[in-house]
Amino acid sequence: MEPVGIDQHRPSTTTARSRRVEPRRLPVLVAAAAAVALAVWVTFLADGTPAGPATENPGKFVVTALDAVTFAGLLFVAASGFTLIFGLMRTVNMAHGSLFLLAAYIAIRVQEAMVGRSRNIDPADVAVLDWLVPLLVGAGVAAALGLVIQQVFLQWNEGQELRQALMTLAITVVLADQMLREFGGLAQRMVWPGAVTHFLSVMGERYAVTRLFMLGVAVLVGVLLWLWLTRTSMGMVIRAGVDDRQMVRALGINIRLVFAITFFVGSFLAGVGGVLGASFAGAAPGTDGSWLLNALVVVIIGGLGSLKGAAAGSLLYGAVVAFSPAYLPSQYSYYAIIMTFALLALVLAVRPYGLFGRPA
Amino acid sequence: MTDDQALLEVRDLRAGYGVSRVLDGVSFRVAHEAVAIVGRNGMGKSTLCDTLVGLLRASGGEVVLRGERIDGLAPERVANSGIAYVPQGRRLFPSLTVDEHLAMLARRTRGKRWTPDAVYELFPRLAERKKHGGADLSGGEQQMLAVGRALLLNAHVIVMDEPSEGLAPTIVDVLVDAVHHLVDQGVAVLVVEQNLRAAVRMAHRQLVMVSGRLEAEFAGDELLARPDLQHRYLGVGGHELEGEYR
Repeated sequence: MEPVGIDQHRPSTTTARSRRVEPRRLPVLVAAAAAVALAVWVTFLADGTPAGPATENPGKFVVTALDAVTFAGLLFVAASGFTLIFGLMRTVNMAHGSLFLLAAYIAIRVQEAMVGRSRNIDPADVAVLDWLVPLLVGAGVAAALGLVIQQVFLQWNEGQELRQALMTLAITVVLADQMLREFGGLAQRMVWPGAVTHFLSVMGERYAVTRLFMLGVAVLVGVLLWLWLTRTSMGMVIRAGVDDRQMVRALGINIRLVFAITFFVGSFLAGVGGVLGASFAGAAPGTDGSWLLNALVVVIIGGLGSLKGAAAGSLLYGAVVAFSPAYLPSQYSYYAIIMTFALLALVLAVRPYGLFGRPA
Repeated sequence: MTDDQALLEVRDLRAGYGVSRVLDGVSFRVAHEAVAIVGRNGMGKSTLCDTLVGLLRASGGEVVLRGERIDGLAPERVANSGIAYVPQGRRLFPSLTVDEHLAMLARRTRGKRWTPDAVYELFPRLAERKKHGGADLSGGEQQMLAVGRALLLNAHVIVMDEPSEGLAPTIVDVLVDAVHHLVDQGVAVLVVEQNLRAAVRMAHRQLVMVSGRLEAEFAGDELLARPDLQHRYLGVGGHELEGEYR
């Protein structure tokens, strides 16, 4: 008999299609009912919540929606690199959050050096370049470190996912301690450029332009990533590698080089996310872990390895994070965080591999 | 066939999975010709293909391509030294369109015989479906794409594993013509087939594989005309010829 083991690496087009998991009916109904109930609640019934029903207070609703979308942008940047690396290499890079935080710290240092002050930097003193150059330096360092991690530790354990996950987890612990020693335990903040630090009036509510700027950067990153993956031969090779690594090798393509480039780009994206995050909410010990968790939640919702999934997961997660504190009854606002897990449970009940995920 | 003409030479090749040995000393030569390897399911044909292209590591023996040993090389180096692979089940990339399957390899084909345009010329049906995803194609179109993709390597030898599997007879005709065309162009083709009739039409020489060894060699229609030999080597009687081995 032909050994069955060989078929494990043979996702032919037909099986890949049929393996797409069909949504189960009951969870779909539950999810649809939940979505309708939430929409009705938010639109008409949400009395006694911080925001109030959308029909009575449309301004609050629009601002909450903007919060959702802009936070989703940050989530997407942080998660896209994570999902790119997982999709191609099946490596769950637990050090993703560390690269995020390291880039943030380094960008803050570079910005301080460029502005010439180390504390209480006035946004008016920050030119766009004083923000952009630190971003590129921070993300560049994260990318370089990611590449070193991949070359030194991961490449020898290709295909051993658990070992790779544990190694990157260990690297996270080491990096966290080293960053604590170097950058201290106090929260630090990257300062947005003065050009974007003002407020808009949105239906009677003040809205920070920095959040829209953050969304703009995220959209730019998404578009560039999409162009790279769809229009360049390297991008096509990466997508082909996500489908069937061994077949890509049999076409004479040096998959090791592709892995290295992907890890570099994925780590760079973690760094860009870190700098955006440090400008948005600051950087402190523990930011690494919470952003690893954020990235994980996004890709679990969206489906590991799918860029579309990362975008959809970011939007859903961003919506839950923005809407639940605003539209839960005031005395229950404290429980907003639980809604994240409700979302996770609901999505996984409908599509166990995430919205755009395929079984590995 | 003389020695200096042998493009691919396999000597005493052994391979398996863990402790189970599947290839048990396989030897043969391929010159500028099409050679078929036929045999029943589970006799080691696909294992032979995977070992030749480097996806499976040989545990013994040699694979020599144009005088250079290629056994033990990583699959990408085997491919770049001149063996292209059309695997069983096509193994197209569901995420890519027809055009992207070819475009991802286009850069290395510049100035060579086989470019994406040349593939579209060989299989005009593919040109009509450039923007379609690999999964939207019919079985025949998928096989054309798998062959076209392999051609872009501009290899000396193309290894095809069960190319006629699941294809309508008219599509098999297209495939047979393509194989003859490739041989005319100086490419050697090693085709592994369960479908004896397709194998005979593609390749003048047919080697019979039984339990990880090559047990016999036939030329032309000889095996097709001998139900007794088919029964002995392939485990089919004459009456089944009209069925599975059509």
